[in-house]
Amino acid sequence: MSSSIFIQLVNIFGILTTIVLLAALLTWVERRLLGFWQDRPGPNRVGPFGLLQVVADMIKLFFKEDFIPRFADRPVFVLAPTLVMATMLLGFAVVPFAPGIGIVDLNVGLLFVLAMSSLAVYSVVLGAYASNNKYALLGGLRAAAQTVSYEVFMGISLMGVVMLAGSFNLRDIVAAQADGWFVLPQLLGFVIFFIAGIAESHRLPFDLPEAEHELTAGFHTEYSSMKFGMFFVGEYLSVILISALVTTLFLGGWLGPWLPPLVWFSLKTALLVCVFVLLRAALPRPRYDQLMQFGWKVLLPLSLANLLATGGILLWLQ
Amino acid sequence: MISQLRSLWLVFRHLFTPRVTVEYPDEKPYLAPRYRGRIVLTREPDGSERCVACNLCAVACPPDCISLQKAEDENGRWYPAYFRINFSRCIMCGLCEEACPTYAIQLTPDFEMCEYDRQNMVYEKEDLLISGTGKYHDYSFYGVAGKAVVGKDKGEAENEREPVDIRGLNL
Repeated sequence: MSSSIFIQLVNIFGILTTIVLLAALLTWVERRLLGFWQDRPGPNRVGPFGLLQVVADMIKLFFKEDFIPRFADRPVFVLAPTLVMATMLLGFAVVPFAPGIGIVDLNVGLLFVLAMSSLAVYSVVLGAYASNNKYALLGGLRAAAQTVSYEVFMGISLMGVVMLAGSFNLRDIVAAQADGWFVLPQLLGFVIFFIAGIAESHRLPFDLPEAEHELTAGFHTEYSSMKFGMFFVGEYLSVILISALVTTLFLGGWLGPWLPPLVWFSLKTALLVCVFVLLRAALPRPRYDQLMQFGWKVLLPLSLANLLATGGILLWLQ
Repeated sequence: MISQLRSLWLVFRHLFTPRVTVEYPDEKPYLAPRYRGRIVLTREPDGSERCVACNLCAVACPPDCISLQKAEDENGRWYPAYFRINFSRCIMCGLCEEACPTYAIQLTPDFEMCEYDRQNMVYEKEDLLISGTGKYHDYSFYGVAGKAVVGKDKGEAENEREPVDIRGLNL
């Protein structure tokens, strides 16, 4: 009994620290990759290949003045950045990294992840509202508008996977992909969920709440020091979470020949993270009414059609 | 949609193109000899100062960073008693070099002249003078100029004809 608790604790702390460290490392990965795609080296001065740039940035952020504006709503202002990290880390609790590695095995795991990643938007909206700053408020408004447009089809696009696997449990979904990844039968669902995931994690081209070219820094204009750092780690955590989810739901999770399961899972997730960065490097940001139109008029009908078709074919096959 | 995918592909291909960054302190770019950098005062082929303290450089200088004082030696040659360039003001435009009738003031391909103390940016004549001729090796102003100095009278310069005696001509 005590040994199983010990294993559980190792699982929890191992996964959480690894994920947070990876999210911090992702700042370096992103800047390096962006550099390569823009024909420049990227940060390569601190340590081997610039790897210690993360450490340097951390030290810098810790020693910055932690400024809270006098006009801000203090408790909410402090709470907001913790929300995004907490919800994202909770979302990782149900991700099945490999057989035996993973924190909990919820039978509604998929719904739990969706709920947690949806809660993260409160962080943005509350942070923006509490800042009492016009740019931040505009960012928060955009975040709210964006959320109502993509959350709906984000959930619906996954229902095809749930129907194919017959379960909301992420481990069961991975196990159901043993004889074929869901990316092929659910290609439409895959594309729609990935687009929704980009919007969910507020990454370019859907980084409308932040939109540094229009709104200075959007919702985190007033944030400094580690509060700002937490928003950033939260954003990178959500990038990893969405990548891990896409891997789990569509790319067969840990399944793969020759290599150990954890390696397969990490490889697929890392590839998707690189795609996230590539999207940022290549695509311009749409206007936010364009995003809402795209969400409601294109992606929602498409995901509904996908749901209908999947259900119909499944019934016909039975 | 197609154009988005196309731009993704185009950007992805840049992973395999060589980078254009020159990592400067490790890798110094080539600077042409005519590069406009730190200003020097050059000497004639015989080693004497070229500068004749005519003040044209100071007049041409847009930010007024050149300051000098004329003096005259026992041979009748002009030279600067002091010559001062404030490099914290200098914009490296090269107009002083263009204005100089004696090729004395020249710009060099050196721009690494940072200092911690602003006063150290003010270069005096001994900081500016170099021992060589700079970009123009054989040029000597008094050698080609019509001005008479001790040891060289009018008409004795290179490629110079005897001066015309206007009273000796019966016009």
